[in-house]
Amino acid sequence: MTPILQLDHLGKVFSADGHSVTALDDVSLAFERGECHAIVGESGSGKTTIANLVLGLMPPTSGSILFNGVPLPGDRSRAQKRSIQLVQQNPLSALNPRRSVGASVRLPLDVHEIGVSAERRQRVEALLAEVGLDADMARRSPRGLSGGQRQRIAIARALACEPELIVLDEPTSALDVLVQARVLQLLHRLRLARGLTYLFITHDLAVVRSIATRVSVFQKGRLVETGAVDAIFANPQSAYTRQLIGAVPVVTDEEAQLRDAIRTGVPETATLDP
Amino acid sequence: MTDCVLTIRDLRLAFGSRRNNSAVLHGISLHVRAGEKVALVGESGSGKSVTARLAMGLLQESQKVHATGSIRFDGIDAIDGGREIASRRGNRVAMIFQDPTSALNPTFRIRGQFRDVLRSGDRRISVADADARAEAALAEVSIPDPKRALDSYAFQLSGGMNQRVMIAMALANRPALLIADEPGTALDVTVQAQTLSLMHELTEKRGTAVLLISHNLGVVREFADRVYVIYRGRIVEHGTTAQLFRDPRHPYTRALLAAIPKISGGGLPDLPERSPDFESPMITHEGCSEPEGLNP
Repeated sequence: MTPILQLDHLGKVFSADGHSVTALDDVSLAFERGECHAIVGESGSGKTTIANLVLGLMPPTSGSILFNGVPLPGDRSRAQKRSIQLVQQNPLSALNPRRSVGASVRLPLDVHEIGVSAERRQRVEALLAEVGLDADMARRSPRGLSGGQRQRIAIARALACEPELIVLDEPTSALDVLVQARVLQLLHRLRLARGLTYLFITHDLAVVRSIATRVSVFQKGRLVETGAVDAIFANPQSAYTRQLIGAVPVVTDEEAQLRDAIRTGVPETATLDP
Repeated sequence: MTDCVLTIRDLRLAFGSRRNNSAVLHGISLHVRAGEKVALVGESGSGKSVTARLAMGLLQESQKVHATGSIRFDGIDAIDGGREIASRRGNRVAMIFQDPTSALNPTFRIRGQFRDVLRSGDRRISVADADARAEAALAEVSIPDPKRALDSYAFQLSGGMNQRVMIAMALANRPALLIADEPGTALDVTVQAQTLSLMHELTEKRGTAVLLISHNLGVVREFADRVYVIYRGRIVEHGTTAQLFRDPRHPYTRALLAAIPKISGGGLPDLPERSPDFESPMITHEGCSEPEGLNP
C-alpha cells in the first residue's frame, strides 16, 4: 500500500546575511495510513521544520513531499490543504479570542464551503460532542476556558474538514498531566474511530510510548533512528536515542530499571548515528 | 527543631482588594531542614510558585496581596519582614528560575552581574577577587571557558549554559537555602538532566538546603529527599520521596502518578481531570509531621 505521506530526500536550509543553517538534511521517511508516527528530538532537531514543510507553510530547499503517492506542489489545491490539518502546541494562542468557539470550529467549513449554513451549525455541534464538549460551548468565547478545553476546540477545528492527516505539534506539552492524559486518550480514540494518521511532534518520550505506533528520532536535522515504538524502546540502536530515553525523569521503579538498562545497554547491532 | 532553615506555618494568601479577593493558599505548612532537599509539587494554579515567592519576600510589598500565617527564615518572619528577607536575597537565600535566559539581564555582560552578586555577600570584595571567584564558580559548574562566559551576554550563551551560570551565581555566596522554581523546565531533556544532577551534586557538597518547586513528579523523584504535594492551595500529601512514590495514599497523588505517561508503556488510564476525592484531607506519612515550635 502507498504510504499516506513520504518525505523524499527532503532538505531545508535557512540562510541570512551570508550565514546558512541546515535545518533538515536529506530526510527520507514514510508515514503509513492509520499510524500515529511520532517525530522526536530536542531543540534544533528539525522537527518543527518537518511540520512546516508538510503543512506547506514554506518550500523545501531540496527533495519533495508525496501525499498518497503524488508530489505536493508549492501551490497546493484546496483538497490538498483540506487533507492535512494542524493542532498547535499552545492552546492559549491557537484560538482567536474575538471569535466564539463555534465560529472558530466553523471557519474551516466556511473556507472550504462544506455544506449549507444549517448543516454547518449541526456539524459544529457534532464536532464539539466528538471532542467531549457541550453544544452550548459554541456560543462562548475562548477567554476563560481552560487549556484542556481550548485544546479540545483546536482538535475539533482540525477535524472539521475531514482531514486524512493531522500534524500534532507538541499538542499536550503545555497541559497539566491529568488534562494531558485526557487529551491523549481523546486523540487516540479519534485516530481509531476516524482512521486518521498522525504526525505527532514531541520531545517527550514517555508520551511517545503511550500513544505512538512508530517513532523517528531526529538530531540536528538528521534522521537518527526510526522504527516501531515497542521495538525502539526494547532495543534502541542509536547512542542518541539511548541518551534521550536515559534522560527522562521517571516515576516508577519499573521505568527506572528500563531506563537504566537502556542508559548502560550495548546495542546489538551497529548504530546509525555517525 | 532548631535545624530548620525555613518553616512555613498555616500560610494563607489571597489576591485582590480587602473586600473582594480570591483565596490562593488555604493554610500551607512546610519545613526545610539544613542541607535537606524538599520538593513542593503541584499543577498550574496549585499555589506552589506563590509559596516560593512569599518565602523569598518577593510578594509582600504588593497592596493586592493579603498573607497571614508565618514564614520563618533565618529568624525573620517573612510575612511582615518581606523587606528584610529581600535584603538577604542572593546571600542567605537564593533563587533559580524556570527560564535562565530571561532571568539574567540581557543588557549587561555576565561578569558585571556576577560581581553584583558577590558584592551583595561581601561589600568590600575587590574587582580582581570577584572575578577570580566568578571564574572558579563557573569552572565548578563545568563551563568550559569561564573567562569567555563572563565576557558574554546571556543571549550569546545557550539555555543550558545560562542555567549553569544561574546555578553558579545562586550558590556563589553559599546561601543556607536555595529555592529552585521549575529549574530546567524550559530546557531540552538531556540538558535538564545534566543541570539537575549538577545542582544536586553542588548543593550536596556544600550542605545547601533546597526547596524545589516543580510540576514534574519525575524530576522530584530524582532530586528530592522529601515531598509535599499541593493541590488548589492545600497540601494533600507529605512524605519522604520513597514513601510517596512507593505508597502514594492521597487520591490526588495517585491520580497524578497514574496519569503520567510511562516509558515502560501500559497505556493511559481513564481518570477525571477533577474529582471531589482530590479535596479529601491531607495524608502525612510516618515520621513526617511538622516540627513543634516556631524557632528556626
